[in-house]
Amino acid sequence: MPPSPGNLPDPALLRGLTQRRLGRRDALRLSGLSALGMALAACGVEGQGEPAASAPPADAVAKYWTGKTSTKKVDFACWPLYMDPEQPELKKFTEETGIKVNYQEVIQEMAPWFAKVQPQLAANQPIGYDLMVITNGIQFKQFKDSGFLAPLDHSKLPNYAKNAAPAYKEEAFDKGNVYSIPWASGITGIAYDPAKIKRPITKLADLWDPAFKGKVGMFSDTQELGNFGMMVLNIDPDASKADDWKKAAEKLKEQKDKGIIRNYYDQSYIDALGKGEVWITQAWSGDVFQKNVSDGTNFKFVIPEEGGTIWTDNMTIPVTAASPLDAITLMDFFYRTDMAASLAEYINYVTPVPSARDQIRKDAEEASGEDKESLEQVADSPLVFPTEADYARLNYYRDFASAAEQQEYQRIFEPIVLG
Amino acid sequence: MRRRLAPYLLVLPGGVWLLLFFAVPMVTMLSLSLQQGDIVNGYVFTGHWQTYVDAISAYRTQLVRSLMYGGIATIVLIVVSFPVAYWIAFYGGRRKPTYLLLLLLPFFVSFVLRTISWRYILTDDGFVLGPLKDSGLVGASFHILGTPFAVIAGLVYNFLPFMVLPVYVALERIDPRVVEAARDLYASPATTFRKVIFPLALPGVFAGVLMTFVPASSDYVNSAVLGSSSTTMIGQVIQAQYLTNSDYPTASALSFTLMAVLLIGVFAYARALGTEDVMKVAAR
Repeated sequence: MPPSPGNLPDPALLRGLTQRRLGRRDALRLSGLSALGMALAACGVEGQGEPAASAPPADAVAKYWTGKTSTKKVDFACWPLYMDPEQPELKKFTEETGIKVNYQEVIQEMAPWFAKVQPQLAANQPIGYDLMVITNGIQFKQFKDSGFLAPLDHSKLPNYAKNAAPAYKEEAFDKGNVYSIPWASGITGIAYDPAKIKRPITKLADLWDPAFKGKVGMFSDTQELGNFGMMVLNIDPDASKADDWKKAAEKLKEQKDKGIIRNYYDQSYIDALGKGEVWITQAWSGDVFQKNVSDGTNFKFVIPEEGGTIWTDNMTIPVTAASPLDAITLMDFFYRTDMAASLAEYINYVTPVPSARDQIRKDAEEASGEDKESLEQVADSPLVFPTEADYARLNYYRDFASAAEQQEYQRIFEPIVLG
Repeated sequence: MRRRLAPYLLVLPGGVWLLLFFAVPMVTMLSLSLQQGDIVNGYVFTGHWQTYVDAISAYRTQLVRSLMYGGIATIVLIVVSFPVAYWIAFYGGRRKPTYLLLLLLPFFVSFVLRTISWRYILTDDGFVLGPLKDSGLVGASFHILGTPFAVIAGLVYNFLPFMVLPVYVALERIDPRVVEAARDLYASPATTFRKVIFPLALPGVFAGVLMTFVPASSDYVNSAVLGSSSTTMIGQVIQAQYLTNSDYPTASALSFTLMAVLLIGVFAYARALGTEDVMKVAAR
């Protein structure tokens, strides 16, 4: 909110009224039309830009948390395929704390989620959720820079302090975890159906293979899409410039114009893979595992030779949350070793809690038959516990220096997704 | 005095309604289309007409494609609906209401749900295409979903009653004696149809076209559910610009462009059909 001194009208209105181009228009002298002009100018959309938002004042935490009390209920906004449908962790949480959790799989893709809740948050209204899991990237920065995220009180996060891996305490997108702590990390790679594709898939170029015409899926998220477009050309996304983006966009356009692409997907890609609409697609590591477990399919997930990308989904509290205290209690609950292990066992995404590995091994010893095998697989899976060598092959999401740079990026890749 | 005010008072609720829910959003949208900025820092009115030029040049293909899909769907609708309406109107007898109800029955279910269920029926390995593929009648990569055919078929399916009903109403009103007179004057059945029945049904067809072409051209559900990235329609672009990219100016500019194109199209069409006033015909 721009600071406006005393009784001056809204700056948006002032700028509208003093615009030269409008003043020149004779027609506007007619009172009716100038009234319309004023009406037009008055409907500006206010932003929430706060330049210093990444380093909040020292007392922000205290100021936010003072007077917050428990309501014994948390509304939790998450993604599909991010928890066992039986919700064992949440049941346990309710049992131990008496706090009820309303878990909703409402987030399918970051950009639409931001667009959906932005108007309410900008108007300082609650969005109906106390806890939301959002990916680092363009929209994370937008949430943060708009001042939509509550600063976390780390004195309420003892398990996190004790159990989180050091790497997950110093991530570039939120230094010092002021606004977020990780839920899980994942790798973007390629998933395919070996029943339809008879050769092993190893590299990104396979997504451009004309043999799979009309059967290839890509993500509609511009960052995911752009990253693969760059990586197939051996451009490092992190160091890329506008020229690189244009080259990548050309490459992606070629894929579309030749009819190789079936469609650009959000989370629904996994459904399209299941229905046989796509045979090979850009994919998120854990989804394929869960799909295979729950639907008995036999899809494969590979990290391409050229590398994949790694991202982190983070638990955050919207500033307007009705029950932030219960939300932060739940956040910390997921950092208990047994809970982190239980979650990782089901979702098969990278857990930020390294001690979960021993717990999973222990669980495996106690289990028998198929369960045992599956748990042992999880404990040894590079997709849940990547090694240093695995990390070296993965690229992080690019950080944009400014809104202008990010807009330029969007303008280059958006038209591809929008056909 | 009271008698003189009465008509105005009667118009008041409707007028306020229109002002609130039509005029205000329109002015807001026009303003939005002329603003600049971004979602984090806010949009500010600058009278930036260039947005229109940029938006049209970037999404011309989708605009033309939408009008084409809408046009094809409308023509198919006329061809499909006319015989149905004709049969119900002239041969329906006392079961007419039953037939009309049958026609409307599927529309008791949400139109998005019905479209999604088509997706299940027609999906690549579904129960229609799966067996065909297993028996080798069609290739393994053959698909119906994701093609322009699927999108246009979806449009035709979803807008069918909006064409059948107006045509039916027009046909129903035809006095049977007029048809008898044509036969008495030695007109063949074909001539009767061409010179008497069809011209009398034309207002119905016109209303049907209005009620199908306009929403079909701006539809985004069918293409989103049944189409692919090569069938993107302008409605999808507008939706994505508003609800994915938060690019309000581009979305508003495209909305206004689409509205202008459709209005011009409708008026041109009315002109071509005859001198009758569009509104008068539409009101029938």
